[in-house]
Amino acid sequence: MSTERPRGLAGSLGALPQGARVALIVLAVLALGALLAPLLTPYEPYQQLGIVHLKSLPPSWTHPFGTDRYSRDVYTRILFAARVSLSIATLAVLVSSTIGLAYGAVSGFVGGWVDAVMMRLLDALLSVPRVLMLIAVLALWSPVPVWALVLLIGLTGWFEVARIVRGQALGLREREFVVAARALGARRTRIIWRHVIPNVLSPVLVAGALAIGGVVILEAGLSYLGIGVQEPMASWGTMFHDATTQFVGTWWAVIFPGAAIVATVLAFNTVGDALRDRLDPHQLPGRPAPADAPPAPPVSILPQEPVHG
Amino acid sequence: MAEPLLTIENLRTYFRTPAGVARAVDGLSLSVHAGQTVGLVGESGCGKSVSALAILRLIAPPGRIEPGSSIRFEGRDLMALAERDMRRIRGNRIAMIFQEPMTALNPVFTVGDQVAEVARIHDGASRADAWRRAVEMLDRVGMPAPDERAREYPHQMSGGMRQRVMIAMALVMKPALLIADEPTTALDVTIQAQILELLADLQRESGMSILLITHDFGVVAETASRVAVMYGGEVVEEAPVKELFAHAHHPYTRGLLAAVPRLGAGRARLRTIPGSVPAPTAWPAGCRFRDRCASAWDRCEREHPAFYQAGTDHHSRCHLVEEPDRRVGDEAAAPTVDVHA
Repeated sequence: MSTERPRGLAGSLGALPQGARVALIVLAVLALGALLAPLLTPYEPYQQLGIVHLKSLPPSWTHPFGTDRYSRDVYTRILFAARVSLSIATLAVLVSSTIGLAYGAVSGFVGGWVDAVMMRLLDALLSVPRVLMLIAVLALWSPVPVWALVLLIGLTGWFEVARIVRGQALGLREREFVVAARALGARRTRIIWRHVIPNVLSPVLVAGALAIGGVVILEAGLSYLGIGVQEPMASWGTMFHDATTQFVGTWWAVIFPGAAIVATVLAFNTVGDALRDRLDPHQLPGRPAPADAPPAPPVSILPQEPVHG
Repeated sequence: MAEPLLTIENLRTYFRTPAGVARAVDGLSLSVHAGQTVGLVGESGCGKSVSALAILRLIAPPGRIEPGSSIRFEGRDLMALAERDMRRIRGNRIAMIFQEPMTALNPVFTVGDQVAEVARIHDGASRADAWRRAVEMLDRVGMPAPDERAREYPHQMSGGMRQRVMIAMALVMKPALLIADEPTTALDVTIQAQILELLADLQRESGMSILLITHDFGVVAETASRVAVMYGGEVVEEAPVKELFAHAHHPYTRGLLAAVPRLGAGRARLRTIPGSVPAPTAWPAGCRFRDRCASAWDRCEREHPAFYQAGTDHHSRCHLVEEPDRRVGDEAAAPTVDVHA
């Protein structure tokens, strides 16, 4: 039997590869920037500093990322937009992970015709492109409040998670500790709650980390189209929306929010990938074998003596 | 004798698979009296574990307990109980422990938590009360420093300790019947002896009955008072343990006993039973063991043997009871086989 502890979440974070650690630092910087925004800048995000002589200024010491065509400080707006973009992304993923977790756990664990119906419904939902669904709703609901945007993005994002969880739950159903729980008289809801959900959290966490990047882009895209976050509230997408019309004249008003989006997405994807590699050692060659595999024969650098007798 | 605690009659559990109907358990009859330990012995794939799950009605589709099967426990017909009444029996009046104590515990909760859960399910005990009872149970099953170890996770424990945790979980509610499915198979021999001793101690204290499922006659000899030998989804021989070891009647039982390695007599080759258990989708007609039996004759092909009386309190599902002269003297009545001098 193995004395090695299965890697917990904390252990996984500690043992992440270099790239993922950099990504975590990037995320920490972004999150801190969002949280501490008012302390990091002397300006207000909606403040028009001087519509005549302070508009469309290139980066300088007073305005490190320049000003936009309404004479607002781009750096300030990026900080405040991080609050909007990051919270929409995390909250929407929280919504979609929760729904996906519940849906997948029930479908996979209950099985039978319940599973069949739930999976066909999921297939139907998956057959409609997410962006199309969102555009259809948002085109009719304008201006859309931020909480509704979070819900809508969350409600259209749980399908993949549900699939993953359902697959895991199907496997868990046959696991001996689940049979043991039934043999102890536990009812189905209790088994799903205690034995299925805690054991599928790792893949959900990975999927969530990977999904946040996608949602940041999705929100930016919707806002860019003018149907996401509404002006004057700043998200990275609305800043884009504002500035692209004058891209040639004021490239800084486009590049810096764009860079924020790229950095965030890359960072979340890197962390998600690293977490997946950590939590699922079977996926990579050269990882330690699972605990129940026989130990590898010891490798000796000494010349091997032929074995006699 | 009083009514047995558990009476199984003609239990049939079929699995409808694409390859055909697998008749995993096909006509099992067995009874367990209060305070008794009954060993259910057989090769892999003979339906032992499915029988155990069937008693608790835990057969999942495509498996099904066929109509006409009867399981009576404490005077109640388990087959007729509603699911919620059945849940009150599971873990409460009948508990079960499993072969693999690693996989039978949930890796994400502490062992104390898992033992405590049982009291929470059945007694609606408060968190604190359930925890206190869990620690007490862990102490009873011989866990050193139970209040500390209760806070450990399954992977921090050895196989023997994990099996003690399983036993603690099973016994929280003081069940009348404990079904032990290969409880020691995954353990070292020394730990195996400790666990069997623990089960015997706990049985003496509580007076519970044990249905011990195993493929190991050694385990049966140490613990059981009666033995039922299972083959092809049914019991082929049943007797008190001493009687069975001394006067095994069924050729299959004799073959099994002959295949037990023994110390102390010669350097003979370890005997085996030729062939393997037929697929449960296709039991042979007549006697299910006939293809592997040296004594088989045409009657065995035609007629499924009844459960004949083969001695006092001793039954055997073999036509040799009626025609003893047909026995081909290959397997000796008393096992004489050994591996090493």
